[in-house]
Amino acid sequence: MSKLSVDHLLGIKYLQPGDIKLILDTAQNFKEVINRPIKKVPSLRDITVANLFFENSTRTKLSFELAEKRLSADVVNFSASSSSVKKGETLIDTVNNILSMKVDIVVMRHPNPGAPEFLSRNVDTTIINAGDGTHEHPTQALLDTFSLRQELGDIKGARVCIVGDIKHSRVALSNIFCLQRMGAEVMVCGPTTLIPKHIETLGVKVSHNIREALKWCDVANVLRIQLERQGGEHDVRYFPSIREYSQQFGINGEMISQTGKKIVIMHPGPINRGVEITSDVADSAESLILEQVENGVAVRMAVLYLLAGEIGRN
Amino acid sequence: MRPATLIDSEHLQLIIQRLCYQLIENHDDFSNSVFLALQPRGVAVANRICETLKEILPESSIRVGSLDITFHRDDFRRRDEPLAPNRTKVDFLIEDKKVILVDDVLYTGRTIRAGLDAMLSFGRPSAVELLVLVERRFSRELPISPNYIGKSVDSYDNQRVEVRLDEKGNGKVLLSTTRAQK
Repeated sequence: MSKLSVDHLLGIKYLQPGDIKLILDTAQNFKEVINRPIKKVPSLRDITVANLFFENSTRTKLSFELAEKRLSADVVNFSASSSSVKKGETLIDTVNNILSMKVDIVVMRHPNPGAPEFLSRNVDTTIINAGDGTHEHPTQALLDTFSLRQELGDIKGARVCIVGDIKHSRVALSNIFCLQRMGAEVMVCGPTTLIPKHIETLGVKVSHNIREALKWCDVANVLRIQLERQGGEHDVRYFPSIREYSQQFGINGEMISQTGKKIVIMHPGPINRGVEITSDVADSAESLILEQVENGVAVRMAVLYLLAGEIGRN
Repeated sequence: MRPATLIDSEHLQLIIQRLCYQLIENHDDFSNSVFLALQPRGVAVANRICETLKEILPESSIRVGSLDITFHRDDFRRRDEPLAPNRTKVDFLIEDKKVILVDDVLYTGRTIRAGLDAMLSFGRPSAVELLVLVERRFSRELPISPNYIGKSVDSYDNQRVEVRLDEKGNGKVLLSTTRAQK
């Protein structure tokens, strides 16, 4: 198999296991490319990519932009805070205006779940989802899986525990789909209020006790508490205080050493040190956190390369 | 039609020996020269040559890297099927070195053009030479010419030169013909 079964990357749930494997294998080649003295290849030199970020992002945006530039694509950036969206323009109009400037691929982050899928049905371009609300963040799941495959050799049978704010996390959902398609066992762990009801129907185990979860798993993927998605107009609070969350679910070095085994630590960033994870764990030898960031560029290059390969074929 | 044998294993041995002595004439003990083999099939040819060179010059250290050119091709999005990339492994810098690019068959010259492009990601060599096991004459689409040739053949467009070498570079080279003349 040398091409994807999809025309857009809207979410991991639309991908077959073969697609994921192809992306990870291609990313392996791009990882070699970005470690060369000259880190650039000319594959996408006739492609223009628009990065549409309707929500704040530092690392994903930077990572996509680097990936695009290392593939020699032309890049235009757009952020909602300084655009006509504020003047009342609809999403379809905004994107169609950008497309009339001959853009081939749109990378989009949007606060509303399903926005990229909606766009893919209404405009004629290739869409890459860079995170849509609390729905999916496919490239993050792919880079997590890539980092894990590199660390463990094979993901099949690995036990991965996703800890923290599962309810508001697009990273959690994409990771569940991606890891399961690659044969891993997944557990989610967090306070009852931050675990969606009926999540077991996705085939994941659920735990509300971090020590038990750590005993079970080989890998802990620790998520940030998304304070920006809590509170708001109804001022909903999901736990009494950050301090209490940290006491109940924060991971520290002592907890890890009590399990008596090696646990690989991952975090999609940004880290709130001392809240969901302590510095000694985040900076330990078992931590893949910085590795994940490096791999992010390679994985995004692979996604762009494979999707761009199909542009203009029909 | 059954494929014709262009080079059998005995003939291959002679060709490799000759190429090695031609290389030694120009590169002495290879202290300032490196081999870059183009993936996938240039690697087997380069391995065979380097093994033979080590037998002839046991004291010398011969460096070989493998170069994948998939991301540098000029037919991306133009082929029916996308190509799967291979591994690039270049553990040395080629800055100011003499580079010998190695491939199995030289046909249109487009692969070598991409190879030259990919090679420059690893530095600026002082000189670049090209070694091919089989040169298909009169079929170049780019101004590219090899410095070392195993065997030159005249062939039609509907013919295919098949280099069947194992990892160490043992095997043979066949010329097969497809029915449809382009």
